[in-house]
Amino acid sequence: MARKTAAASGKTATPSGSARSTTPTPPIIPTTTNTISKKPSSTAPPLTGNTFVLVWNQYLATTPQRIRLLDVFLGFLIVVGVLQFVYCVIGGNYPFNAFLAGFSATVGQFVLTVALRMQTVNANRKEFEGVSPERAFADFVFGSLLLHVFCVNFIN
Amino acid sequence: MLKAFLQDDSMRTVRSLLKATILITIAIAAVSSRLFSVIRFESIIHEFDPWFNFRATKYLVKNGFYSFWDWFDDRTWHPLGRVTGGTLYPGLMVTSGLIYHVLKFLTLPVDIRNICVLLAPAFSGLTALATYFFTKEMKNDSAGLLAAAFIAIAPGYISRSVAGSYDNEAIAIFLLMITFFLWIKALKVGSAYWGALCALFYFYMVAAWGGYVFITNMIPLHAFVLVCMGRFSPRLYTAYCSWYALGTLASMQIPFVGFLPIRSSEHMSALGVFGLLQIVAFVDYLRSLVPSKQFQTLLKTVVIVTFLLASAALVLLTVSGVIAPWSGRFYSLWDTGYAKIHIPIIASVSEHQPTAWPAFFFDLQFLVWLFPAGVYMLFRELRDEHVFVIVYAVMGSYFSGVMVRLMLTLTPCVCVSGAIAASTILENYVVLGSPKEATPEEKEAEEKKPRKGALTAEGEPKGVYSPMSKLIVSVTFTLYLLLFVTHCTWVTSNAYSSPSVVLASRLPDGSQHIIDDYREAYYWLRKNTPEDAKIMSWWDYGYQIGGMADRATLVDNNTWNNTHIATVGKAMASNEMTAYPILRQHDVDYILVIFGGLLGYSGDDINKFLWMVRIAEGVWPDEVKERNFFTARGEYKVDEGATQTMKDSLMYKMSYYNYHKLFPSGQAVDRVRGVKVPAVGPTLDILDEAFTSENWIVRIYKVKDLDNLGRDHASANAFEEGKKKKRAASKKGPVSMRV
Repeated sequence: MARKTAAASGKTATPSGSARSTTPTPPIIPTTTNTISKKPSSTAPPLTGNTFVLVWNQYLATTPQRIRLLDVFLGFLIVVGVLQFVYCVIGGNYPFNAFLAGFSATVGQFVLTVALRMQTVNANRKEFEGVSPERAFADFVFGSLLLHVFCVNFIN
Repeated sequence: MLKAFLQDDSMRTVRSLLKATILITIAIAAVSSRLFSVIRFESIIHEFDPWFNFRATKYLVKNGFYSFWDWFDDRTWHPLGRVTGGTLYPGLMVTSGLIYHVLKFLTLPVDIRNICVLLAPAFSGLTALATYFFTKEMKNDSAGLLAAAFIAIAPGYISRSVAGSYDNEAIAIFLLMITFFLWIKALKVGSAYWGALCALFYFYMVAAWGGYVFITNMIPLHAFVLVCMGRFSPRLYTAYCSWYALGTLASMQIPFVGFLPIRSSEHMSALGVFGLLQIVAFVDYLRSLVPSKQFQTLLKTVVIVTFLLASAALVLLTVSGVIAPWSGRFYSLWDTGYAKIHIPIIASVSEHQPTAWPAFFFDLQFLVWLFPAGVYMLFRELRDEHVFVIVYAVMGSYFSGVMVRLMLTLTPCVCVSGAIAASTILENYVVLGSPKEATPEEKEAEEKKPRKGALTAEGEPKGVYSPMSKLIVSVTFTLYLLLFVTHCTWVTSNAYSSPSVVLASRLPDGSQHIIDDYREAYYWLRKNTPEDAKIMSWWDYGYQIGGMADRATLVDNNTWNNTHIATVGKAMASNEMTAYPILRQHDVDYILVIFGGLLGYSGDDINKFLWMVRIAEGVWPDEVKERNFFTARGEYKVDEGATQTMKDSLMYKMSYYNYHKLFPSGQAVDRVRGVKVPAVGPTLDILDEAFTSENWIVRIYKVKDLDNLGRDHASANAFEEGKKKKRAASKKGPVSMRV
């Protein structure tokens, strides 16, 4: 058990350590923050444009491989959810419980995945003292199972 | 030595054994204090609603789950019928059905009635356990044990969970507490597992009681308050979102709830907080990536603007009708006068009346004044979970003031915070450690406290900690606790243990006399009327007639169709000529009225009559007028001074028909209203008296068939009595007879 945790944590450490070296990023942050703080009352477009790049860089720099996998899954869920919603608006909601079941399956799965992500991210270690990454994954599986049982029952 | 016992690690097993023993004893106390009614009377289902639950449970056990689910009941609400399977909360019936089958599987054949009667006491033991866990999360074990003991015997909870009161609340309070406990646990640990468990029990709660809306609003409110206090954390997100996503989906599985969670205003706060948490979490995440101040203010504005936009959209959707507005029952919680004006049917229910102040003391005794102290102590520490109890205390106090019935939801909260206050007092005063033994830290803390308080004598801080003062406080407090136990037992035995189907009175020699008129009458109906006879009565007795007499009824306690109830009210309130067509149209064979005049039983139909008139007036304002039932001086009279409308009404006639013959002429007295009734009693043309119970509480009349010769009943009756046809045919005939 202990070895497993060590391995897991080792793995999560590697991508940020070797593949994307953290060294180039620190200089980026101060410079951009400087530019923002220099023009606090200026128009929004340059600020948002800059911040998007900044956020993206920061994201690439700090997120380990596994978390990115989760993020891709989250993106997929958002796309599926939006598709269903658009269909509901355009195509009508006739079997309403079918739509609801499908939609809440994506929403529920999304929320559970975000919870898993929060629990496993290193930055939140202090918040979740009682929840190890393995425990978080078990929680995730338990929650998802329940969710899909209800969905299957609801979809008719 | 005591300290060693309380804190030493080696004593842990002993302590947990002790705790388990105490909890089991509390559960036994909870169960046994609810058995008064079974011991005094018998194992019988109480009151009104439980009779329906009992009937439904019998149906479930007999026909199986699926036919229960699709149950269309044509024996109620004649001629409409009721889609019973889709309009009830099945949790209670399924629970007792399960217990029945498990016991049967274990080759313990127990009558389903006994399971139903004893379900509420059994679950009250579990409630004590759930309250223990809940309070343990708030403070510690000792507070938990005290809270468990309080909830086990608090009259506010006993009132709805004595043996035989087989109602939804019987299991709902347990579910309420366990859901709240799991929520707090989920919030503390930040685990989706506890959140999912919380959702599961929430699902059970939704299946069991309409009061689940309380949870649906309490948890979001707690989360919202935490966010507003700047206490958003990933733990909150995990707990809330896993609960909401699973719980909402689960609650929609109950047919009676259906799409309400996304369609009605009561559930919108939960959805709103869910959305808010998504935004806040996302922003929080972005903030962790970009630690810039301007950016943060920008994000904050985004959050607030989105929130406002969402609220505006919600209002728009409500106005445009996509989301159902607040239901009438809910409105009456905010505006206490609302129900009286717009929905008399809700206002007429006695348990929907505002609470009288003495009721708080009656139901909670010394917890009433410990309650604010406990809340104050929670304020001092104010951890996340303490906020929950504080919010609960505010909401619970308000709602319990609006409706007597909601005292029930306040009681657990009062018990928890009362226990926190009590255990703080006991912890400080019962332990007889002298200040010397205390560690320097503790001593410092102890010395600090008295200086703040008013009790300090200068330079003599030890005074408060002397064995003497400790003794005084702990003895007084023990006395309070003992008084509480006595009070609870007294209230339970005197106020809450009457089945109300069977009445008890004392004979002059002190022995008990059982008045069993209801069952006598219902049994008469069961044995002497055709199987498909339709019985009309006021809605209060619908469930009992269905359960005990097994006959079809026009209206019952489900009260889903106001017009149908108003029809019955109109028939009762109008004169015979108007009433007869109504009775014929609804295939009424028998009419049942409750009359307490002979015995002095105040809950009879004449006393409820004004509500019938009001409800009927709400639908037919031209035909039924409340004013006509009051005398010119505005009095509600049944004696000689009663108005003509009153004297002509079917209800009045049925109640007092032949009553004067019981007494020497001119001496007839109505013991409820304390007045002399007219020496000449009313006559009935369209009805025949069919049955009157021993103490005249239940009177049953048979509706006459159409006359063979096509005359109206008044003239036919007059003819039978030998009057000349000519005179009887004139409309004044029966009237002149009466005078």
